[in-house]
Amino acid sequence: MENKNAHSKPESELEEKDNSRRNFLKQSAFITAVALTPAPAVKAAAMHLDEKIAEAFEKVPVKLEVNGVMHNLSVEPRATLLDILREQIDLTGTKKGCDHGQCGACTVHVDGHRVNSCLTLGVMASGKKITTIEGLAKGEELHPMQEAFLKHDGFQCGYCTPGQIMSAVACIREGHANSETEIREYMSGNICRCGAYPNIVNAIQEVKSGGQIV
Amino acid sequence: MNKHMENKILNKTSTLEGISRVDGRLKVTGKAKYSAEYSVKGITYGVLVPGTITKGSIKTLDIKKAEGAPGVLSVITYLNAPKVPGYQTDKPQAKGMLKIFYDEQIYFNGQPIALVIADSFERALFAASLVTATYNVEPHQTDLIKNRSNGFTPRKDYSRGEDDAYKNAPVKVEQEYFIPTEVHNPMELHAIIARWDADDKLTVFDKTQGIKATQKNIAQAFKLPPDNVQVTSPFVGGAFGAALRTWPHEIAAVLAAKVVKRPVKLVLSRADMFTSVGYRPLTWQKIGLGATADGKFVGITHEAAGQTSVYEDFTENSVNISQLMYASPNVTTRYKLVSLNVNTPTPMRGPGEATGAFALESAIDELSYALNMDPIELRLKNYADTDPLSGKPYSSKFLNDAYKLGADRIGWSNRNQKPGSVIEKGWLVGYGMGAGMFGAYRGSATVLARMMADGTLLLQTAVTDIGPGTGTAMVSIASDIMEIPAGKIKFDLGDSSLPPSPTQGGSSITSTVGSAVNDACKELQAKFQELNGTTESGKMDYVQILKKHNLQQLEVTTTSHGGPEQNKYAMYSWSVHFMKVLVHPATGVVKVDKAVSVADCGTIISNKTASSQIKGGTIMGTGMALMEEAVIDHRYGRLINNNFADYHVPVQADIPQVEALFVNKPDPYINPIGAKGMGEIATIGVAAAIANAVYNATGKRVRDLPITPDKLI
Ligand code: FES
Ligand code: FES
Repeated sequence: MENKNAHSKPESELEEKDNSRRNFLKQSAFITAVALTPAPAVKAAAMHLDEKIAEAFEKVPVKLEVNGVMHNLSVEPRATLLDILREQIDLTGTKKGCDHGQCGACTVHVDGHRVNSCLTLGVMASGKKITTIEGLAKGEELHPMQEAFLKHDGFQCGYCTPGQIMSAVACIREGHANSETEIREYMSGNICRCGAYPNIVNAIQEVKSGGQIV
Repeated sequence: MNKHMENKILNKTSTLEGISRVDGRLKVTGKAKYSAEYSVKGITYGVLVPGTITKGSIKTLDIKKAEGAPGVLSVITYLNAPKVPGYQTDKPQAKGMLKIFYDEQIYFNGQPIALVIADSFERALFAASLVTATYNVEPHQTDLIKNRSNGFTPRKDYSRGEDDAYKNAPVKVEQEYFIPTEVHNPMELHAIIARWDADDKLTVFDKTQGIKATQKNIAQAFKLPPDNVQVTSPFVGGAFGAALRTWPHEIAAVLAAKVVKRPVKLVLSRADMFTSVGYRPLTWQKIGLGATADGKFVGITHEAAGQTSVYEDFTENSVNISQLMYASPNVTTRYKLVSLNVNTPTPMRGPGEATGAFALESAIDELSYALNMDPIELRLKNYADTDPLSGKPYSSKFLNDAYKLGADRIGWSNRNQKPGSVIEKGWLVGYGMGAGMFGAYRGSATVLARMMADGTLLLQTAVTDIGPGTGTAMVSIASDIMEIPAGKIKFDLGDSSLPPSPTQGGSSITSTVGSAVNDACKELQAKFQELNGTTESGKMDYVQILKKHNLQQLEVTTTSHGGPEQNKYAMYSWSVHFMKVLVHPATGVVKVDKAVSVADCGTIISNKTASSQIKGGTIMGTGMALMEEAVIDHRYGRLINNNFADYHVPVQADIPQVEALFVNKPDPYINPIGAKGMGEIATIGVAAAIANAVYNATGKRVRDLPITPDKLI
């Protein structure tokens, strides 16, 4: 079990550091407030301005180009690309299945390469081009891989599907889709608990042999 | 057999290729919204803090640091949680669902001791790491094998004929079998968004298999009129039984939303998934199987002991399959439960029947070698033509056809009865089979069918679709009856404000809701006929008729359920799985080379989704056979592999081409559409088929799952 309490020592150290930094930030906010007349100071406290200032220091600016749209964001350095996509820019097509790089549900393309967005911090993706499942189709026209998944029923519940499709596209682009065995090997980072594996292989083979540009 | 079935379903082979999933486009474009994905104003994030002991009580809880951490709105524990009204009315001593944040008692490792609510997920996760606790630790018991003698009998033992008659048979097998804990692990993490819309009104976006059940359970817990609880769950990212119940984390989220007066999103972590939403229980079994020298069963004795929690008794049908599957004059079954310091199990795909079938179908294979008889021949020799339990005739059974279909397709004639005798390219080759059965049910469901002025048919009912393709099957049925294209039909589901449907579980939805769709469509057609003054059935121009009568729409709401046939006949779905495996003689690695699963489950409504469902069940059974095992370190009572790196489920490279075949003969009695369930039988019997194939390849009989390489070298 991922036991949050079992690692009490390192975490308490971490937390010490965190708190002292926060206290420093809060104090500097307090100094700012003191310089003001008493009434605004009270108001500033009521509005949790110290919290807001601290927050501003805790966040970093990040520029993400997602599906061709530029997002100028302010994120915590510890925020993953996955959580930023899902929680901040409401692109929920990218899924969370483990948050530990073990299932592939969160697969997106960063500068054309497939990555697990749960293992990528938002700050690491700054300035890069990200493609998610929402950016694969051209308007109403589905990407050939999406069409093939539909035709071959390459899914059931659909939860692993965006990750499978993003991986499948990359698998062909990488040149790793030359045989059933090779496809199986290079698609093994994407778990499907519904067991759509054979249908997924069929879908990828069809796209590959169809020779469409992916 | 009713007229519709003869006319439409039996002749529908032209559409057997089947339509693509009606919700497929939403799924491949990322637009399908699962429970955690609703954009809700003012959302906050919850993270659970698991306890770290296995038995005892909380001595002290320190939440100060967490409360002071940035962005934290509240830290909820048993000390400060508002009372859940439904918790208070229970008899305090009665066993039941774990009451979250109720008192200081700890029953299992990982039991939540706090819920941190913050304004972002990152902040909640960090603050959760700051919660500390001390405990009064008591000695725990988590080992079923060590505690088997402390088991109790939750159900009466069963016996027909003579007790333990196998003992006196000329040829017999007497062996113990073991399955470890297996965890459902759907890819979607369990998630709920809870929002109070007023003091007595609540909306939840919740991962559930039962919309109406969730509505009722949450209403009961918070003492609300059920209609005041809106449950929304149109897409469920797999469940396999793990979302059959309303779990403590769901109650916790609703409670937290009350405390912080804002909507709360609670998504379990993958680690939480191992201790919060059930699992297939670790089970010990023993089979005694006796036969005459020509292979007629004399007697079967099937014993099992499964684990449960100390706060709830979870029983399942592990031994029942031995009462039902074959014509044996003497059958004895005994079932025990052992209460341990673990969380409560819950049905996992194929539930107890999958557990039981592993033992029974392995033992039959062992007997076939003792008799030197083909395993299919042995099964046919003991084929049941009427239900051995009730003596009733079957509503339909074509399992023998399924044996033949599967044997032909796998190439059974290539099997060598002598184990370990075939080598291909350095790998030992083996063939095996295993059969399964599961009760076929039909419950009650209500469907609204509305024809609109533009010719679109709207169907509505509060069922869920955890993956099999419920909407697709329902649209297929309606399209057949109304004779309109599937693209003209819209199926609304996953919403508690729609007409009631049962929980999706126990392979009953196509039979139940499909029949209601059938009946609603027919009633609607009759209404159109009446309006039109026509009597002959068949294709009608609905748009014209509505226009002629100046109507915007015409609708019916129909409730449909089974009749007396359900008592007259014994109703089951049947399956058989054939496996060809390769075993590496030096490393013990097992590769499934080919898998063929055949289902006899009445009429196939939607060919494409049905074959996917069978393949998926075969693959889940492959995981059960070869890799899945949740391991507890009994010194600490804690799971040591609660993640996808250490708890192995099948991945692409483990799975060959799997073939799904159907007998596709209607059941004339179960319902008007002739279809029976297939979700469970897809998995039941698979593990034995693989174990039997491994024996055929190697001569090594593995009776404790999973069949990992160390057991073969
Ligand atoms: S969520 Fe990223 S790999 Fe599982
Ligand atoms: S489609 Fe459900 S997990 Fe892959």
